[in-house]
Amino acid sequence: MQQVFKRPESLKDVQTHFCPGCHHGTIHRLVADAMDLYGVQDKTIGVASVGCSVFLYGYFDIDVVEAPHGRAPAVATGVKRAKPDNFVFTYQGDGDLAAIGTAEIIHAANRGEDITVVFVNNTTYGMTGGQMAPTTLVGQKTSTSPYGRDKSKDGSPIRMAELMAQLGGVAYSARVAVDSPKHVLEAKKVMREAFGYQAEGKGFSFVEVLSSCPTNWGMNPLKANARVGEEMIPYFPLGIFKKEEA
Amino acid sequence: MSKRLFVKGNEAAAMGAVEAGCRYYFGYPITPQSDIPEYLSRELPKLNGEFIQAESEIGAINMLLGASACGVRAMTSSSSPGISLKQEGISYMAGAELPGVIINISRSGPGLGGIDASQSDYFQSVKGGGHGGYHIPVLAPNSVQEMYDLTMHAFDLADLYRTPVMLLGDSVIGQMKEALIPNARPARELPGKEWAVRGKSGAEQRVVKSLFLGDGELEAHNWRLHAKYQVMKEKECISEEYETADARLIVTGFGSVARIAHTAVTMAREEGMKVSLFRPVTLFPFPEKAIAEAAGRAGKVLVVELNTGQMVEDVRLSVGAAAQVSFYGRPPGAGSLPSPEELLEVIRKHYDDTAR
Ligand SMILES: Cc1ncc(C[n+]2csc(CCOP(=O)(O)OP(=O)(O)O)c2C)c(N)n1
Ligand code: SF4
Ligand SMILES: [Mg+2]
Repeated sequence: MQQVFKRPESLKDVQTHFCPGCHHGTIHRLVADAMDLYGVQDKTIGVASVGCSVFLYGYFDIDVVEAPHGRAPAVATGVKRAKPDNFVFTYQGDGDLAAIGTAEIIHAANRGEDITVVFVNNTTYGMTGGQMAPTTLVGQKTSTSPYGRDKSKDGSPIRMAELMAQLGGVAYSARVAVDSPKHVLEAKKVMREAFGYQAEGKGFSFVEVLSSCPTNWGMNPLKANARVGEEMIPYFPLGIFKKEEA
Repeated sequence: MSKRLFVKGNEAAAMGAVEAGCRYYFGYPITPQSDIPEYLSRELPKLNGEFIQAESEIGAINMLLGASACGVRAMTSSSSPGISLKQEGISYMAGAELPGVIINISRSGPGLGGIDASQSDYFQSVKGGGHGGYHIPVLAPNSVQEMYDLTMHAFDLADLYRTPVMLLGDSVIGQMKEALIPNARPARELPGKEWAVRGKSGAEQRVVKSLFLGDGELEAHNWRLHAKYQVMKEKECISEEYETADARLIVTGFGSVARIAHTAVTMAREEGMKVSLFRPVTLFPFPEKAIAEAAGRAGKVLVVELNTGQMVEDVRLSVGAAAQVSFYGRPPGAGSLPSPEELLEVIRKHYDDTAR
């Protein structure tokens, strides 16, 4: 009998703590798949951020350094400079990367650090209970925007993948979603491509993944999944925004 | 073998770091410590090392955290406002038990304050300025030679105890030029770094973290850290005593002010006063026993600081009822450095009291 589906080697055989319908689990899987593809599990150092994905080391069977909130790109810079032959990635939420860690991500990207950044945009602060994030959509109600995000006071949601593409040091920047089998397959391809950039020493690669947070959106898993396509993709278009051939 | 050089304190610290095997430096410009990154930006590339001018002190301390997690010797340096920004990272490093050296050529505050010599960051440095109730060793050089020697010592302490270590100086110590004999790195036996991340390489997963959510895990971690601090207190106190045997009054201060006090004490001796100097070199661990003994013999201690009174609290705690402790302070700012004559005057006043 031929086995057509199995757990990637880089993932541990454990249950995750993610809420039902949360996309973090799927995204973990895609990251592990890319690591397996390039056979880098044994030389990967992951940098965990502060958010629902802080337990990275519990799910990935790799060495991990835990960074303070928002600082993962700086920590990864130190790791990669000390260990240039290792494979280094960060995994960060939208609060982590696009609010408190804005300086760190912009400058690690601009220096062109040879790392890969996986950016999980779920339009909210998942771990702390669903507060407004820099990516919260205009009008979206959260626990700290009870009347909906007000563009005049709270500003507009930040499109990070496009912003990253503007920076000289960035070799690859894309946005994907995992709300349908088609999107998952596309996301898998992009994740592999992004990891390939580092594997081949081509420079900084960035993948933004639109993700659901049923718990803090106050939706059941199906409704939350549908929201990604209905509300998020129209504002956060999927695509590859930069792909430096070199 | 050892030649004599004539260099600035800041350069001496940078040279000491290189001699100690540090090949990774991350920093952000701030006066009066910029000679350190300037020196290392020139020297580290020649040694296949890495120098990064980070986007901020927060970036720099977290690069240090990352490099250090890989087991290499790495360093950052800054001055007071920058150290405030580094406190988050220092707390994470203390929590994750990561070695690393932080040089703090402090300046005057609060706020933007000024760039003058100051000791107003004793509390911030010594009492664990970040969150979580940790301690880190703090070394206070008072000469260019000590900037060099203690930087090397700091790297050893960091590896030995798996902890960040701070060197606390000011513009007097950092900017003055003196003779330096670049001694070779001391050969101290150090433990291996079996905790450092390296890519699993088919072996056990290694994780560097400070989050401990398991039942009882964090309390146990805190008691373990506490036990480590007790060992440091037992084994790592350094102090210098000058003429304490027959003293009736002990003058004490650290770093730059101890240099001035030394001159004042010498002048007092010439006048026939039995005055001595006690200089803590480690501020954490504070040389509690040594100062208590010296103070007990003399009966009277005068604490001199370039602030309104910080180290004096540790002196009082150490000395208890064994001696009378008084304080003379010059808070920071332009023109605030006391002269030896000024300190001599203060010594006379306190010594006369003693005689009565
Ligand atoms: C300095 C600091 N500020 C605030 C927090 C609290 N905090 C923990 S996780 C988090 C936000 C996480 O949101 P995000 O990065 O979007 O990740 P998600 O949980 O949504 O995946 C915050 C604010 C913290 N740990 N440290
Ligand atoms: S709170 Fe949201 S992001 Fe966090 S695990 Fe639950 S669904 Fe996922
Ligand atoms: Mg989020």
